[in-house]
Amino acid sequence: MYEAMVTARQYEERLQEEYLEGKQPAFDISAGPIPGELHLAAGHEASGAGVCQHLRDDDTVTAPHRPHHIAVAKGVDLKRMTAEIFGRETGLSKGKGGHMHLFDPDVNFACSGIIAEGCPPAVGAGLAAKKRNTDSVAVAFLGEGAIDQGAFLESLNLAAVQNLPVVFVVEDNDWAISMPKDRVTDVKNGARRADGFDMPGTRVDADDAVAVYEAAREAIGRARDRNGPSLLEVQVHRRMGHFMGDPEAYRSDEDKAAAERRDSIDRLESDLRAHDVDDETIDELRSSARERVEEAIEWAKEQPEPEPAAAHEDVFSNPPSGVTDSEPNVAEPEAGGDD
Amino acid sequence: MAQQERDPAEERQTDRSLTMSRAMVEAIAHEMREDDEVFYMGEDVADYGGIFDSTEGLLEEFGRDRIMDVPISETAYIGAAVGAAQAGMRPIAELMFVDFFGVGMDQIYNQMAKNTYMSGGSVSVPMVLTAAVGGTYNDAAQHSQALYGTFAHLPGMKVVVPSTAYDAKGLMHNAIRDDDPVVYLFHKRLMGIGWLPAPDGPKTPVPEDDYTIPFGSADVKREGTDVTVVTLGLHVHRALEAADDLADDGIDAEVIDLRTLVPLDTETVRDSVAKTGRLVVVDEDYRSFGVTGEIVARVAEDGLADLEAVERVAVPDVPLPYARPMENEVIPDAEDITDAVRAARGDE
Repeated sequence: MYEAMVTARQYEERLQEEYLEGKQPAFDISAGPIPGELHLAAGHEASGAGVCQHLRDDDTVTAPHRPHHIAVAKGVDLKRMTAEIFGRETGLSKGKGGHMHLFDPDVNFACSGIIAEGCPPAVGAGLAAKKRNTDSVAVAFLGEGAIDQGAFLESLNLAAVQNLPVVFVVEDNDWAISMPKDRVTDVKNGARRADGFDMPGTRVDADDAVAVYEAAREAIGRARDRNGPSLLEVQVHRRMGHFMGDPEAYRSDEDKAAAERRDSIDRLESDLRAHDVDDETIDELRSSARERVEEAIEWAKEQPEPEPAAAHEDVFSNPPSGVTDSEPNVAEPEAGGDD
Repeated sequence: MAQQERDPAEERQTDRSLTMSRAMVEAIAHEMREDDEVFYMGEDVADYGGIFDSTEGLLEEFGRDRIMDVPISETAYIGAAVGAAQAGMRPIAELMFVDFFGVGMDQIYNQMAKNTYMSGGSVSVPMVLTAAVGGTYNDAAQHSQALYGTFAHLPGMKVVVPSTAYDAKGLMHNAIRDDDPVVYLFHKRLMGIGWLPAPDGPKTPVPEDDYTIPFGSADVKREGTDVTVVTLGLHVHRALEAADDLADDGIDAEVIDLRTLVPLDTETVRDSVAKTGRLVVVDEDYRSFGVTGEIVARVAEDGLADLEAVERVAVPDVPLPYARPMENEVIPDAEDITDAVRAARGDE
């Protein structure tokens, strides 16, 4: 668990460095080696690691637009994920998806960039498990800013009424872009929303990865034993802006400092030391994580960019003839972009 | 409230230039000062000032009661805007990215757009739905669509797509004062945001006082005799760039900015085609069943005899890809437009 958390943090620190290259001094979102928006999850590691420790490759995870820590913990191919984030041909989605839309069917991992919209597909994965009579489970991750969406509330209801093996994990980092939690909901303990669907709800405070692990064991065990869905709300924190380039003018320095103080990785490290894990072991875990991250980033950067014409492929799995292979407009194939 | 329409030529007499976002905000602020019933609701519109600067600075003047941050719940707050509008207020609801329309679409097209009709005209819905549209910054398929055609296809909403600061302000004044629901789609690349540089075109002189631009009045941005290029939004600027390139080769393209899709100024387009005989339609939305097909159809219906050639330039029916080479491939650029113009002329 510690390794997954440290890997995720180091991964994001490196992504941040790479992302900012070419975007300084003047921040231009369309410049630099990593295209598009980038939503980093530093501070969320306890949730991904604590939950995914209990999952197998055949269990399904749906992640939101801030997916890296969950992907790392679920065992998504780190190299191909990185190549995807860099927009390369060998990326998980051949450069079509980007960082918010990571799909790794080998470990049943999927994403959506639309708030709360990963919840219904997780219910569907749970439904498939029930229909096929397997013991796999599905976990939907979402932020506390997503808990007012119909897709989330409707998914809780459908999972409950169908008694499906689904765990909903709400990552509460106190912020939905610029909206603090207290202006999003009057329900301080989001796990209480489970009451309305007559399912168990548990909240874990204080970025405590061990407590997340324990709570997730119970919820996932319950799902695997066909005892129905659960809701788990996990307190995490946001160490950075909503997306890279977010000036966070709406957030007080005190709030940022408070978030930094309650780091889940520091907390777990203290726990490990209290259980007589020595410095050498911790250092080894950290350096092997760093190597893995570096290797993925270096590999990704060496990968080729996709051919422009590849844009026309994959619209359908079973393309109707004359649809996806047709040339667009009247442009010659060599016609490129102008910005 | 003094309403005056201005000749676009007059705008050039003002020496104060604004970005498109500042021009939009100026119109909203003006309307809010004039009418207490106008308010603005959306995600990150208060403290943040809108992710694309669509409400920058409004919170300071109007406070949280009138510049309202709402939970992420498009169905609830867009529907609430419908209800407030039916109660006689003039809400503006912002859908942060147009790509999120699906989340609140029932409220948009079954309530907002249809209640006037279904009530036999006894109910009006005087609201504005604003949304950021467009790609060109590699944000992939869920954050890059234009979807102009989707809203224009469904009856009951007026659909506005400004391409310059001058138009953005005048059209926003209209939109807020209109008694019908207006969908106001602003292209991110035109807003003049620091982190998303705009081309030169959208920053224009903007008068300080209020003025309106009638819906359904397309703007002939460049006069020409050889071919008519019809477009909207960001691609007005790409078409003008293409026209400049073509002029170097002695090809004289007329560029028409539609400015609104509903109502659509068919007459200006038809008159232009009657003059040039050739039509090129450029759109950042998907090619099939969209703006390009509609424009061609309208010209063909009433002016088939004038038509010597037709070309369409649009996104080729694929979701917007993430990586730059592929995004550049599918979003039309100036070169795609020059190629289409040459093809319409039968050039090699």
